[in-house]
Amino acid sequence: MQMDAIEKRILEEVAELHGMPQGAYNIRYNGEAQARQSTKEIEITPRAEGSGIDIRIKDGTVNQSCCIPVVIAKTGLKDVVTNDFYIGENCDIVIVAGCGIHNCGDQDSQHDGLHRFYVGKNSKVKYVERHYGETDDGTRGGNIMNPLTEIYLEEGAQMEMESTQIKGIDSTRREMKAVVKENASLIIKERLLTNGTQYAESRMDAELVGENASANLISRSVATDQSKTTYYSNIVGKAPCHGHSECDAIIIGEGKVLAVPALDAAHPDAALIHEAAIGKIAGEQLVKLQTLGLTEEEAESAIVEGFLK
Amino acid sequence: MGFYAKIDAARRRCIFFRSLKHFYKLICPKEAGKEYMLELKNITYNVDDEQGKKEILNGVSLSIPDGKFVVITGPNGGGKSTLAKIIAGIYQPTGGQILFDGEDITEKGITERARSGISFAFQQPVRFKGIEVYDLLRLASGDKDMTQGQACQYLSEVGLCARDYINREVDASLSGGELKRIEIATVLARKSKLSIFDEPEAGIDLWSFTNLIRVFEAIKEETKGTIIIISHQERILNIADEIVVIERGQIRRQGPKEEVLPEILGSDSAVPGCHVQKEQGGMH
Repeated sequence: MQMDAIEKRILEEVAELHGMPQGAYNIRYNGEAQARQSTKEIEITPRAEGSGIDIRIKDGTVNQSCCIPVVIAKTGLKDVVTNDFYIGENCDIVIVAGCGIHNCGDQDSQHDGLHRFYVGKNSKVKYVERHYGETDDGTRGGNIMNPLTEIYLEEGAQMEMESTQIKGIDSTRREMKAVVKENASLIIKERLLTNGTQYAESRMDAELVGENASANLISRSVATDQSKTTYYSNIVGKAPCHGHSECDAIIIGEGKVLAVPALDAAHPDAALIHEAAIGKIAGEQLVKLQTLGLTEEEAESAIVEGFLK
Repeated sequence: MGFYAKIDAARRRCIFFRSLKHFYKLICPKEAGKEYMLELKNITYNVDDEQGKKEILNGVSLSIPDGKFVVITGPNGGGKSTLAKIIAGIYQPTGGQILFDGEDITEKGITERARSGISFAFQQPVRFKGIEVYDLLRLASGDKDMTQGQACQYLSEVGLCARDYINREVDASLSGGELKRIEIATVLARKSKLSIFDEPEAGIDLWSFTNLIRVFEAIKEETKGTIIIISHQERILNIADEIVVIERGQIRRQGPKEEVLPEILGSDSAVPGCHVQKEQGGMH
């Protein structure tokens, strides 16, 4: 498979790939499958209807990874895709996804992806997704991404999702919905940075339906310049369960942040907690780093970098 | 028999070097200031509050020689911490002059002073979400490539089991005593010519306090720089070379520990160690 410089760079940004991935993979380029590889345990096939792939992972698959990045290097392209992950029982795997757009023209480029995860009993999944955008100098086309993630965790399953959008996405509406059964646990770590006039909206809904189910939703965002970030979270406890959501945001310049957390204890033994903190970088944090020899600008970047790590 | 023949060789060498020093001062007046690492000349600091202008420091002049372990003490509200922050550049004095290594640094900001060799450990260390202990030590040392092994050495020096702390975030999950020791480790990592510690014992339990004294004793043994500690704890005063007493914004007394400590024992300026347990017994 031939990759040009733009594609190589975007794959590095969204999937830390420095060449073709190991194990199972599917690379989608400008709305079409460009390269695909299945393994004995992880089978990737095109969907019977519509655009996207099905990923089937056999019971007991451990220490394996699956990488499915998307690259858009066209202006005016709207790519809509659905990928379903059927993960068997007792698996331990890492899934890397993510999308990068290089917009070289004046029209908007957009990627709307739905990822559905059906995680079997006692399986452990780490899911990493990164979203990144860039434009050529002097062009006016926007980069838009609307990722939707649905997660269904069977008994004793564990899933940790790391979702990061650090650069170049002008508009995003991100949604995550999860249903967590008995003894299953879900951890979501979201990191968002917006600048210029960008807008980011994130919604997280977790339904805890089984005894001892747990969810921990952690969102950290930095809104700089005139950008705006909105965060909605909702944890519904329908059983004796533990839910925690945390929303921290730093405002720099004229940035705006709205956080709307909701907790719904629909069972008397549901223990639900929410924490939120929004504000500018504390002056004392800047002063401390200045006493270590950093300039005010260096201190600000060190604080933001740590916060979004 | 001539004068020189009557004195021994060591004394002759001493007189020779003294003469040389005086001659050097005459030909190079700027370098002459280096006799003292830090000189504060007539420092004043006023703030405006509801009752009008309030004088926090009123004409403080202080000279601190190179390589000394100095403890600044005095009753609460006397201006000790303000003076420490003025030296580090966190507060700008209303009047007066500050010389560091003979150079006027009065107008310099926090960063410039830090880069010229001044470190400051905060009374209430700052917490950072996301920044790990390792990151902070790396920033402090100015060495981006500092290995975890090197960072661990600083943590061990302040009595923390490095493996347990190196990758922890400097956030609310750390106790007051842990934070305080990490704060001291960041100052050690800087290897500065002048290190200032603002009430290092405040907010920590007795066990941590005992360890803290050991840490400072070790720093005193090993360091070649000058150390200023703001404290009124007798056990910290006990390891000082020099003691400075500040009261109501002015220096009331300054001199070697042997002279000053007996005069202030039992006062607000020298509180016995067990007081820490009484005041901070519930804190960990």
